[in-house]
Amino acid sequence: MSSQWVEVGRLEDIPPLGARVVRTAQGDIAVFRAADDQVFALEDRCPHRNGPLSQGLVHGTQVTCPLHNWAIELGSGSAVAPDEGCTKAYPVRIENGRVSLCLDGASDASAAPG
Amino acid sequence: MAKQRLVVVGNGMAGMKTVEELLKLAPDLYDITVFGAEPWGNYNRILLSPVLAGEKTTDDIMLNDRDWYAKNGITLHAGKEVTAIERRKRIVRADDGTEAPYERLLLATGSDPVVLPIPGSDLPGVITFRDLHDVEAMIEASDRHKNAVVIGGGLLGLEAANGLAKRGMNVTVVHLSDTLMERQLDAYAGEMLHQALEKSGLHFKMPAKTEAVLGKTRVQAVRFADGSEIPADLVVMAVGIRPNVALAQKANLHCQRGIVVADTMQTFDPRIYAVGECVEHRTRTYGLVAPLFDQAKVCANHLAELGHGLYQGSFLATKLKVTGIDLFSAGEFRGAKESDEIVLQDPGNGTYKKLVLKKNRLRGAVLYGDTTDASHYFQLIRDETDVSDIREQLMFEHAHLGDSGHGGKNAAAAMDDTTEVCGCNGVCKGTIVNAILDKKLFTLEDVRTHTKASSSCGSCTGLVEQILATTLGGDYSEAPKTKPICPCTEHSHDDIRKSIREHGLKTIADVMAFVEWHTPDGCHICRPALNYYLLCEWPGEYRDDPRSRFVNERMHANIQKDGTYSVVPRMWGGITNPSELRAIADVADKFDIPAVKVTGGQRIDLLGVKREDLPAVWRDLNGAGLVSGHAYGKALRTVKTCVGSDWCRFGVQDSTAMGIRLEKMCWGTWTPHKVKMAVSGCPRNCAEATIKDFGVVAVAEGWELHIAGNGGVKVRTTDLLCKVTDDEDVLEYCGAFLQLYREEAHYLERTAPWVERVGLSHVRDTVVTDSEKRRALHARFLHAQTFSQTDPWMERASQNVDRIEFEPLAEVASA
Repeated sequence: MSSQWVEVGRLEDIPPLGARVVRTAQGDIAVFRAADDQVFALEDRCPHRNGPLSQGLVHGTQVTCPLHNWAIELGSGSAVAPDEGCTKAYPVRIENGRVSLCLDGASDASAAPG
Repeated sequence: MAKQRLVVVGNGMAGMKTVEELLKLAPDLYDITVFGAEPWGNYNRILLSPVLAGEKTTDDIMLNDRDWYAKNGITLHAGKEVTAIERRKRIVRADDGTEAPYERLLLATGSDPVVLPIPGSDLPGVITFRDLHDVEAMIEASDRHKNAVVIGGGLLGLEAANGLAKRGMNVTVVHLSDTLMERQLDAYAGEMLHQALEKSGLHFKMPAKTEAVLGKTRVQAVRFADGSEIPADLVVMAVGIRPNVALAQKANLHCQRGIVVADTMQTFDPRIYAVGECVEHRTRTYGLVAPLFDQAKVCANHLAELGHGLYQGSFLATKLKVTGIDLFSAGEFRGAKESDEIVLQDPGNGTYKKLVLKKNRLRGAVLYGDTTDASHYFQLIRDETDVSDIREQLMFEHAHLGDSGHGGKNAAAAMDDTTEVCGCNGVCKGTIVNAILDKKLFTLEDVRTHTKASSSCGSCTGLVEQILATTLGGDYSEAPKTKPICPCTEHSHDDIRKSIREHGLKTIADVMAFVEWHTPDGCHICRPALNYYLLCEWPGEYRDDPRSRFVNERMHANIQKDGTYSVVPRMWGGITNPSELRAIADVADKFDIPAVKVTGGQRIDLLGVKREDLPAVWRDLNGAGLVSGHAYGKALRTVKTCVGSDWCRFGVQDSTAMGIRLEKMCWGTWTPHKVKMAVSGCPRNCAEATIKDFGVVAVAEGWELHIAGNGGVKVRTTDLLCKVTDDEDVLEYCGAFLQLYREEAHYLERTAPWVERVGLSHVRDTVVTDSEKRRALHARFLHAQTFSQTDPWMERASQNVDRIEFEPLAEVASA
């Protein structure tokens, strides 16, 4: 299957320990930047009650949803136990400080380990 | 490098809790081998009584089954008893010859039940109540025999008696003292318990000294010192436990009553650790679960080579349920010289409360029948809080129970499983009970994490604690005295503030590095707290970190459940005018804002504003002179007023003008939690000032100043701070009070619990009595305000501050 990579902006446009939103036809995607400049992309909906994860607090490689404080793993999109659920995670690539997402490469996190 | 080897002797709750904690901290550090004398995995000893009573099965109470050991790569030798430790070779040897070498050894050998040294105590049919094997023997006996005698009227004995009675046996409890559970109860409560248990069908012989167990091939009767005898087919000895130190003694480890350990849980051989009932720490031994778990955490930390955390002993309460009776006891409940007793007896209602005070501190408590306030009293005793300010109400507290959301129920034992406990998250009692049992939960935090009960507004916390206590029976884990801010650190709020102040720490990263945070960049609990503490400590110097702000404070609007925001402009003292109202109406039309609502704080709420519209909405509101109302922040919210002497025929002072002056002075301040104020123009108090954080009520000759009220989760009327005559004094006292709150309260602590924690006297001494301190506090408040009174809406609407918060990073046309 061919992968569709889309450039969405520069790394420096995303604040460290923060997130920005990418609007797409399939809904908003939250693009997170960890303290060590790792970048992650998740569907901008908490698996609990659809809270906008992009507005949450980023710590380590997790984000805490602003609505009810569920913690979500940025890598897999899975809720941190004991909460259960998952949101879609998108592959991310950084080249020369430019961030690209693979929009058709979303993993259904329920199938992902972790 | 080869892994180190950890050998654990003892497969009980203390040993396995240590292993669980260790696996969380350092999953790959050790090859772990566990020896257990009993033939099964680790089970919940607290729940032996329900198994005996037929309410639970053996499977129900397993904490770690054999799969768990396999899954974690742990070698389990169940049913093998370790008989020797060769410390020089660092090897342990079991009774069947199995040997295991170690680099670290953990002793968790628990305790043995005491068997009375009387004739006949070795007869078949005489047992103790300690493990699953004993329970099986009792169940078997109850199938074939009729008469049971339980020796010992303490907690364990009464639980055994209750279980055997439920299995149809005719049970007599024999007790040496004339008071049941005399180590936990005074004579009156002991007698209430005695009568209640007699009514439920148990028989008692007390005070009575057992002299011999009689029988030829099996127990047939029990004889007492007074010569009397009663028939018995089963005798259960429940007269106490003794730390099991035999193995340690044989290995020449220093033992007193228990194996002596230091605060790091190390024995006198630093390679050998010990936890649980076999341990003696600072001359004390423990038999309840909470201290064992505290020890396990500290021990695991050192085994994981993290090297922080000390065990400093536990303060214990007994909160228990014996056959449907709620009991609580803690501290020095008997009273002594120089102590006062406050007693409430209501025999008709089946309740009894005794509080023992000494030097204005609560030293002990016994509660019978109604244990709603147990956690609150426990905290007051443990923290040695000065209770002189609340002495009059102390007996009638319901401090841990809010007023709404749980249908007015305040006794968990009487609730049925379908009754809603947590009105915020819709959690019923049955759900909580099942989670406690199925997920093996022991603490309030555990229950909150798994069920969400009491995790939102917290008003049902007292109920959830009661359910935890009644479900677990004997005991449960109380929150430790100095609570860490969050799991990222072991330091408390006060520790952190002190470090920031004394060591001049100026950034979140500095704080985390200085006190060795366990996580790289904290979590959603500690980061906002640190951000606030730094902001409060270094006004004008510390640069606010938006990434450590909860979304509402970062966006300067309240996030709603659909991800839109609500916008509340400030209306000074509740006063508005046609042009402001017109601007609000125009904004609502222009941005298609779906809902406009009048708030409880005399303001107007625009609900359903899209994130990207926020700056433009604010720009239009700014145009009419409207600024942020901080309805989204841990900050000054509203100052509610009545119309006062300007219009009202009863008004004695100009409350509206005073409200506006207060609001102009205080707006923009960041505080530990939200702050609401009100000013009433006469004692009719139409502005409801006596349920506000700072309330002002006009009287003919001046103003009454009230503090620490709350109208929400738990209604609390204010305490009167003082009366002042001069208008300027109102402002000075208000600023000083707010600054004291800003500097001393814990993050997310409202003024009401803060004042209850530190005492009204402390606030009065600082703000009223000491005019120098008051003026200094007021001056510090005004200084901080010079940096905070810039309208955040204007900065974002007209100065492009934080533009990235409102704009998408990119828009992708199609996928």
